[in-house]
Amino acid sequence: MTTVTEAPPAPARPARPRVAAGVVLALLALVPLLVPANVADMLTRVLAFALLAIGLDLLTGVAGMASLGQAAPFGAGAYTAALLAKHATTVGPVQLVAAALAGGLLAAAVGWLLVRARGTYFLMLTLAVAEIVHELAGRWEGLTGGTNGLAGVPPVSLYPGGPPVRLAGVLYWYVLAAVLVCAGALWVVSRSAFGRTLRGVRDNEERMRSLGYRTFVPRYTVFCIAGAAAGAAGSLWVAQARFVSPADLGFEVSAMALLAVVIGGRGSLWGAALGAAVVVLVRDELSPQLGGRGPLVLGLVFVAAVYLLPRGFAGTRLPWSRDEPAP
Amino acid sequence: MTGLLEVEGLTRRYGSLVALDGVSLSVAAGARHAVIGPNGAGKSTLFALVTGSLRPSAGRITFDGQDVTRRSDHARARAGMGKTFQHSSLFTSLPVLDNVAMATQRAAGLGMAMLRPAGRHAAVREQAMRQLELVGLAGRAAAPAAALSHGERRQLEVAVALATSPRLLLLDEPTAGLSAADSARFAELVASLGQAVTVLLIEHDLDVVFRLATHVTVLHLGRVLADGTPGEVRADETVQRAYLGDAALDDLFLEGAP
Repeated sequence: MTTVTEAPPAPARPARPRVAAGVVLALLALVPLLVPANVADMLTRVLAFALLAIGLDLLTGVAGMASLGQAAPFGAGAYTAALLAKHATTVGPVQLVAAALAGGLLAAAVGWLLVRARGTYFLMLTLAVAEIVHELAGRWEGLTGGTNGLAGVPPVSLYPGGPPVRLAGVLYWYVLAAVLVCAGALWVVSRSAFGRTLRGVRDNEERMRSLGYRTFVPRYTVFCIAGAAAGAAGSLWVAQARFVSPADLGFEVSAMALLAVVIGGRGSLWGAALGAAVVVLVRDELSPQLGGRGPLVLGLVFVAAVYLLPRGFAGTRLPWSRDEPAP
Repeated sequence: MTGLLEVEGLTRRYGSLVALDGVSLSVAAGARHAVIGPNGAGKSTLFALVTGSLRPSAGRITFDGQDVTRRSDHARARAGMGKTFQHSSLFTSLPVLDNVAMATQRAAGLGMAMLRPAGRHAAVREQAMRQLELVGLAGRAAAPAAALSHGERRQLEVAVALATSPRLLLLDEPTAGLSAADSARFAELVASLGQAVTVLLIEHDLDVVFRLATHVTVLHLGRVLADGTPGEVRADETVQRAYLGDAALDDLFLEGAP
């Protein structure tokens, strides 16, 4: 009788993902040299939205807390950046940090109660809070310009006293750098011991409690981190759009972000960025050609993704790959 | 002499049903204390009350001289009460090693550390590997927890519970659903733990109980029916009657007992 010997532990990390990441980064950096300005603008929006989706993936994919309210911190960041640009400073990085703080603080304020709910209750409460914030943005005319929004946002400058950035390509590079820094930080968090804690809370919260984890703390923390990421994304969105209105924090934005996470594959972060690209391209590029039926196409993409790629882009392995699907 | 865990007059009511009715017991430090009883005796309720997943209607629980009756489950875990679940309760999407590292990183105070990659905390990793070796799962460290057999899951469950370095280990029917061979292995594992870990186990399998236990408490209909050394309990007529009705048969405890 023969016994099957144990397979040796998998080697630390194959070189292939690193090479792939390097190629993708190089391509992303070269974009402004290769495409016309309107395409660079569109890709800038994709990058900003990708940061929103990556933050939501940390919350939903890694920590298992599905939210339909990420438009709220996204909008808080967008309005913060727009108001700063109009009244205080056009320095982009300052707006970015302030917007991240605004998103994080909003999440900290509402999360104190919200993260005590679980599953669908949490999802519905995030939706309710986002709708309240949406309503507030439409009515608080003195601050937000009401339903007209804030138009005429001046372009960002890259450093104090610097010239305003008017070239689409340069703006793209600024947004790309900001997204890489923020997404890199989220990636570090996801790989850390805290990231493991979040996966533990996702898989089995009761077990975590029996190991001595006060699970409110990691849940609340990741909610604030995702809020800060959404706020930062809002600032980058405004840097390109130069306009913000209540529509930027409506239900559609939250739903698109969650859709990006689902079709991207939960928990991998880079999958969410890819999903964000699909979602923004369908809504902004395909939709006008289809007479405004973008949401219909997004719905079909969602159904197709759930059936064809149940683990999303990130969890789908090519036939010749032997790697285990990412958790 | 007070024990490491003292339970006094513990009562839990569900409406008019009294699941546990004034149960008191004392678990001495270093003991292998088993709680047995027929179905519906209140064993699981007692376990849930001691671990903190339920609150008692009345009574007191003292651990290491401190009243923990009103403390939450995670506070009890931090105080040194580790537990395993009746149905394996693991992190099934994660590798085996990560399951144990979840416990060791908390014990090391690193559960919220955000900067270094989780795998680079060498002490957390080594401690987790040591627990896996202890339960005989070192060879499976990289496997997904979902791929483990039922017996392996029980071993991992114990490794995870032990990885927090508890002073009191609470086991809820640890051999439920295990083959005889796996049960025997499990009993050896518990026996090998050493005096630093006190064990309180709820158990159905009387073979395991009488192989391991230094002290046995018998519950019946929510009350303590008997309490003493395995020898005393085995000889107790009321216990035999509770298990088999009035047609008490001697072979209940005799067969297979050492």
